[in-house]
Amino acid sequence: MLAIFVEMFSYDFILRALIVGVLVSLCSALLGVSLVLKRYSMIGDGLSHVGFSALAFAMVLNIAPLYVAIPVVVVAAFLLLRLSENGKIRGDAAIAMISSGALALGVFAISITKGMNVDMSSYMFGSILAMDNSDVVLSICLSIMVLCLFAIFYNRIFAVTFDENFARATGINAERYNALIAFLSAVTIVLGMRMMGALLISSLIVFPPLSSMQIFKTFRNVVLSSALLSVGCFLLGLCVSYLWATPTGASVVMANILAFLFFYSIGFARDRMKG
Amino acid sequence: MSLISCQDVTFSYEGRNVITGLNFAVDKGDYLCIVGENGSGKSTLIKGILQLKAANKGFLTLGDGLRLNEIGYLPQQTNVQKDFPASVWEVVLSGCLNALGYKPFFGKNEITRANEQMQTLHISNLRNCCYRDLSGGQQQRVLLARALCASHKLLVLDEPVTGLDPVVTMQFYHLLKEINRAQGVSIIMVTHDIKEAVSQADHILHLHNKQLYFGSVSGYMNTALGKFFSGGGQDACNLR
Ligand SMILES: Nc1ncnc2c1ncn2[C@@H]1O[C@H](COP(=O)(O)OP(=O)(O)OP(=O)(O)O)[C@@H](O)[C@H]1O
Ligand SMILES: [Mg+2]
Repeated sequence: MLAIFVEMFSYDFILRALIVGVLVSLCSALLGVSLVLKRYSMIGDGLSHVGFSALAFAMVLNIAPLYVAIPVVVVAAFLLLRLSENGKIRGDAAIAMISSGALALGVFAISITKGMNVDMSSYMFGSILAMDNSDVVLSICLSIMVLCLFAIFYNRIFAVTFDENFARATGINAERYNALIAFLSAVTIVLGMRMMGALLISSLIVFPPLSSMQIFKTFRNVVLSSALLSVGCFLLGLCVSYLWATPTGASVVMANILAFLFFYSIGFARDRMKG
Repeated sequence: MSLISCQDVTFSYEGRNVITGLNFAVDKGDYLCIVGENGSGKSTLIKGILQLKAANKGFLTLGDGLRLNEIGYLPQQTNVQKDFPASVWEVVLSGCLNALGYKPFFGKNEITRANEQMQTLHISNLRNCCYRDLSGGQQQRVLLARALCASHKLLVLDEPVTGLDPVVTMQFYHLLKEINRAQGVSIIMVTHDIKEAVSQADHILHLHNKQLYFGSVSGYMNTALGKFFSGGGQDACNLR
């Protein structure tokens, strides 16, 4: 058993995946709590599709993908936030429109210039081989930035998540912190997208917080549990994907589904016992 | 200079005037009740005071060194989601946020303050409870504690007793009076209970899409309006 792990981590690409994956799992779980509670889960999904489109264009134009995707997705995040805050346009419909539109645009651009090839499915469902060393360095820097900003603004993020009107009324600049949440989510999604895949990354945002909420009842505990759970599921998924040669993204999501079912049944049983 | 002064203020939504001709002032230590029927523009005025909505005409100014982040607020409805995981302590403490300035984390001052307010409202024992598992009355107390954390100067309450039973309602009014008297916090409260308003407050503002009355309670009782509405609770109810 131990020998398998030693062998596994002797591969450079797995080590890279491990480092970036753990950091991205942490970031997405922390931000996910706020996104899920603010009913912004769909924004995560929309952003990953926009990210796919940006990666596709980067590939067509031969530019380093992260440098294109990050600014594009950040801009998209602010746009989506606007749309869902503006009551006049149906926010959910707008997000569905943008995300499927972006996906189509990306597929279209690639197939016209390069024809459908393997790279596309690796963008959609993720590939552990996608990152080189410079990507890893950038990912580490950015995810540490996300973690620090989250920690520094934790109390403010709680306040605008719990009761935005009160925060606003007592002189807190809620727009600024909403924008911060959108910005951090955008960066996290782009970083995780290569490994997890555009279609699967939003599960990292949704599953750990939802699972934690089945059991924990304070914001702090939900945040902590969600972070631990997310990292745990990632590690499990990575090992499974190595042992059975399954795609990493899908394996991590499977681990998250199992964790959710487990937490859900514990929560259910506890409520039953209380009567 | 008054904490809040209104000079010929008008609020409108999409060009339709909701309240016009507001002329009143709130001084330090005042207890003002805003009364008026549904749709008369009370909540709109509250939004104006909190600067969530700009006046369409006239001037609404904060004075006497009152800053926007020194107002405590208890909303008419709190759109807290049913499944939100938050402990009572987390909710109350979040009220101290506006005093934090550029500091990222809560310090001793904020924690002491939050503890004090929880004691004032007798919710210290609920500290670790989940907010969503509390009864309506308990939730209201938690939100009032949060509002008190947000301000030493002015509390703005929009129909705070909605959904509270008569006993808790009375306790709530006593608490407010106590806070007003002992801590010198000014209070602006919207209520439908004119009888209570008259007995608790020292000023009344009666709205009906315009300002029908503003002044002291005794003055209000001498007007036909005041006699009419506060005379019999029953009559007033029927009329509404
Ligand atoms: N966001 C809004 N957009 C357009 N019109 C609004 C809006 N909010 C309130 N109004 C209108 O303004 C008027 C006053 O509303 P307001 O909420 O201030 O009444 P209120 O006195 O607080 O009533 P209640 O006793 O029911 O709380 C109403 O006619 C309402 O239809
Ligand atoms: Mg109202």
